[in-house]
Amino acid sequence: MLSIVEKDFGTPAPRPARLWKNVGMRSGGDVDVAAKLVTLTIDGREISVSEGTSVMRAAALNDINIPKLCATETLDAFGSCRLCLVQIDGVRGYPASCTTPVAPGMKVTTQNAKLAELRLGVMELYISDHPLDCLTCPANGHCELQDMAGAVGLREVRYGYDGDNHVYAKQGGEANPRFVAKDESNPYFTFDPSKCIVCSRCVRACDEQQGTLALTIQGRGFDSKVSASQAEDFLDSECVSCGACVQACPTATLSEKSLISMGQAEHSITTTCAYCGVGCSFRAEMKGEEVVRMVPNKDGHANHGHSCVKGRFAIGYATHTDRIYKPMIRAKITDPWREVSWEEAIGYAASEFKRIQAKYGRDSIGGITSSRCTNEETYLVQKLVRAGFGNNNVDTCARVCHSPTGYGLKQTLGESAGTQNFDSVMQADVIMVIGANPTDGHPVFASQMKRRLREGAKLIVADPRRIDLVRTPHIEAQQHLKLRPGTNVALINSLAHVIVTEGLVKEDFVRERCEIESFDKWRHFVGDALHSPEAMEAVTGVPAAQVRAAARLYATGGNGAIYYGLGVTEHSQGSTMVMGIANLAMATGNIGREGVGVNPLRGQNNVQGSCDMGSFPHEFPGYRHVSDNAARDLLENAWGVNLLNEPGLRIPNMFEAALDGEFLGLYIEGEDIAQSDPNTQHVTAALTAMECIIVQDLFLNESAKFAHVFLPGSSFLEKDGTFTNAERRISPVRKVMKPKSGYADWEITQLLSNAMGYPMHYTHPSEIMDEIAALTPTFTGVSFARLDELGSIQWPCNEQHPEGTPTMHIDEFVRGKGRFMVTEYVPTSEKVNAKFPLILTTGRILSQYNVGAQTRRTENVTWHSEDRLELHPSDAETRGIKDGDWCGIASRAGETVLRASVTERVQPGVVYTTFHFPESGANVITTDNSDWATNCPEYKVTAVEVTRVSQPSEWQKRYREFSERQQELLEARDAADAR
Amino acid sequence: MKARRIIPIQPEPGSALPPDERAAVRAAIAANKQRAGALLPVLHGVQDALGYVPKDAVALVAYELNLSRAEVHGVVTFYHYFREHKPGRHVVQLCRAEACQAVGAVALEAHAKRSLGVDFHGTTADGAVTLEPVYCLGNCALGPSVMVGEKLQGRVTPQRFDKLLAQARATA
Repeated sequence: MLSIVEKDFGTPAPRPARLWKNVGMRSGGDVDVAAKLVTLTIDGREISVSEGTSVMRAAALNDINIPKLCATETLDAFGSCRLCLVQIDGVRGYPASCTTPVAPGMKVTTQNAKLAELRLGVMELYISDHPLDCLTCPANGHCELQDMAGAVGLREVRYGYDGDNHVYAKQGGEANPRFVAKDESNPYFTFDPSKCIVCSRCVRACDEQQGTLALTIQGRGFDSKVSASQAEDFLDSECVSCGACVQACPTATLSEKSLISMGQAEHSITTTCAYCGVGCSFRAEMKGEEVVRMVPNKDGHANHGHSCVKGRFAIGYATHTDRIYKPMIRAKITDPWREVSWEEAIGYAASEFKRIQAKYGRDSIGGITSSRCTNEETYLVQKLVRAGFGNNNVDTCARVCHSPTGYGLKQTLGESAGTQNFDSVMQADVIMVIGANPTDGHPVFASQMKRRLREGAKLIVADPRRIDLVRTPHIEAQQHLKLRPGTNVALINSLAHVIVTEGLVKEDFVRERCEIESFDKWRHFVGDALHSPEAMEAVTGVPAAQVRAAARLYATGGNGAIYYGLGVTEHSQGSTMVMGIANLAMATGNIGREGVGVNPLRGQNNVQGSCDMGSFPHEFPGYRHVSDNAARDLLENAWGVNLLNEPGLRIPNMFEAALDGEFLGLYIEGEDIAQSDPNTQHVTAALTAMECIIVQDLFLNESAKFAHVFLPGSSFLEKDGTFTNAERRISPVRKVMKPKSGYADWEITQLLSNAMGYPMHYTHPSEIMDEIAALTPTFTGVSFARLDELGSIQWPCNEQHPEGTPTMHIDEFVRGKGRFMVTEYVPTSEKVNAKFPLILTTGRILSQYNVGAQTRRTENVTWHSEDRLELHPSDAETRGIKDGDWCGIASRAGETVLRASVTERVQPGVVYTTFHFPESGANVITTDNSDWATNCPEYKVTAVEVTRVSQPSEWQKRYREFSERQQELLEARDAADAR
Repeated sequence: MKARRIIPIQPEPGSALPPDERAAVRAAIAANKQRAGALLPVLHGVQDALGYVPKDAVALVAYELNLSRAEVHGVVTFYHYFREHKPGRHVVQLCRAEACQAVGAVALEAHAKRSLGVDFHGTTADGAVTLEPVYCLGNCALGPSVMVGEKLQGRVTPQRFDKLLAQARATA
């Protein structure tokens, strides 16, 4: 079922001609030509539309609604339902309006007696094989079939209902062989073939929109039916549960289970998904304050009406029974929790922080912001720390994911952000994916990328593991550079070596746009034979010929676009690698226009935003260093306080200081450092050492088990604000229900600030955004009103770019001239040896998100209910490990136990796991090693040994005991309450 | 907590096939993989070698041609010629197109079903014969037409049908 508020124009808007250009042609500058207008007459009305528009769309744009069933705007015209037939003067027969493009002077009739008769005939056939249970059908109220029956005036079905059919389980007392029972295997939607009209919309949605091609039409003629893979249950098929088919279905054949149980929504509010960095726009379809469905917004600039299993379906966590709605405090972490009023909780928190500061000094407390919170909330927390606590001890979880992106891109290009919008990929000719797994981590963008790849763009994947994108139906990477974890910089240098020594540098671009001395230095450096693919082969493990082929393809294949993820940043040389990528893009001129660029795929919904908002200890909002006097003056005047000009503590420094007895109070908003940060045992030791930890979250997460004050936060459905996605796109988050704990997160921070003695008086997040806009040069044009007007805005948005900036660095780099940085490869100190002979690397899976606090509390666990260790058959064999065995993983930092998945996806010598479940303890094994520039942890390289075991690790036993104890202390709260 | 399932890492495609069938499928793929639109030639190759397209072959064909299983399944089921179950030792195709119907194919069909004791797509209890309908063998001038294995037969009367079948049964 489509959105209840969107109008369906039947066929897609014509794609601008420039976007159809052949893959491989280099676009020089701006070739955008305004689409030509075509004027025609429909039902006597003169209408002008862009060339390439279908007759159906042209009519619908002018509120002439031609009956249709198989056509929908998100899919290419198909012309199978025969309801949209029209008459065109001078054209024989009755062409389908969906597949007929407009032509100048065309005269179209959409309604007359003949057309009515034809449509009625078609409708009769449909209804003769369709149940008549409309009143009790879940689609009732928004059923396109029912609407069309009404539109054509169907009053009787001459064929009757007793003939051959797919509707009834029994026919004349006998089992009906055509009948197929409802498939309820998927946790979120049902498939009821008896209601299917075989319009193929679901099949086409899976093919065109999602690109998984999990559905087909089986058989032919009256035997035709929709089949998931080989007539399997949806859950067993190739389906990834993105929901595109459910949305496309014009009947109740594919229906959300929530719709079935709740009935039709009565209003819809546009908001932004709180999962990954793609930042899809959704319409929350509501019944009062309850969400019936989340439907991807067709007008969403990041997702264009597409979604994935997380954003579309996995919102059950927001109302999960584990959620805590009342503030709680306790003096020691061994005490039971005590439910208290907001006043008492905030008062206690503030008094503790003041006590700690009085005793141990101003710098003994700090705060951690989260990439899952809105810009406004993040801004407030850093403001509280800087102005209220009087220090710069604020950091964010971006520290542990994309801090090297901020640093590396700032150094080279001048701005700490990706250079493109997502749509730019539709003009890329060569796509290079480095250390990212888009089909699992950024599924909606992956679908768009796959669409471009199916159109013929070339693909280079640099990843130690065979991610799905390497080979998936209709897509095959030209080169999979299967490097050893930790050798990124060696690889990028050898790619650069080929470009420099084979004369593939785009000299004029470099001369005009970049600092020539830095380029010469870099050219000299990478040109050294030391960096040749042949010399580096022994280091990276990638055959030299493959590296050469990949470099040539990227440099000469037309528009070259690089997309990268945490496989780039989470290394001891993360920042170096980011700079190496920027070097490569600049040297080949692949920057500053559509179709190219350097694109970090951000992990969480608001990583970009939390960095923009000044969450780092060394930077104010807008990436201005705390030592920048002008910026500090501006903020001091606005905030009415003196600010420190020295950077504060980073997260790892906070832990060190805590263990040294110098950092005793921490305010954590929406972040779970005890699970997500490396070397868990070190983190928990630091947390245990602190005197007051305030955790503001939905759940008693891992960190909250060490907390003294728990402030119940609000989900993204309960507050207003904005998220900024990986393409710098600021999108509105809208309150669809009131905060279940009484306060939205920004209000809680404000309460705490006021109690700490630094007054804040915001009455709505829009006022916070106004303050951000007033104080941050790249945000001056941003306001809630403007966001409502434009839908979303890509920063910079200011006087020069009043509608935002889709592509950056067009005429010149933000820093003026692009700067090449010399990127010496320094092997990580985390080396394999006889004791730890394997390298562990970590990643994500489609159905789960980050530490899993949200997705583990949804039906997404159907797909992935535990973390597993992937290891290569040869490594498994020498250790006597079989698929499904429990195996112990030991590193220099600790050990844990996971079940084995034996697979050739990983290379020999490399093992891989995810970290979505706390009991897995993936971060018990990861070490304290980190990026030299930003302290981003080296999650992707840990030397380990794997052995077959029969019981959990010591850490897991301690974890279980501790967790159980904390759960008891939480439950003791209820007992106290009941008294 | 309710029982939860783990989606296993995809097993190697086609690993459920017996080794000889798997080899035949691989051979059909190898012989046609490079052709444009390789799927139909590959499916023909599989059916020529095995007499049918096993369900488990679909995964292997899909993997090798880089298609989804759904796509291959859609094609296999679209064409009546492709069979998903192992046929009898002899496949008998009886023409039901107009020209043959005009000269006695309907009666022949009734006789064939009666004498073999099976309906269309069925296989005789002894596993010897599978009866299939076909729409035109291009032998219209000499109908009713029947194919027994690879051999086309014209002017097939019920008596001749029984004789042809007896001969076929005798050969293997």
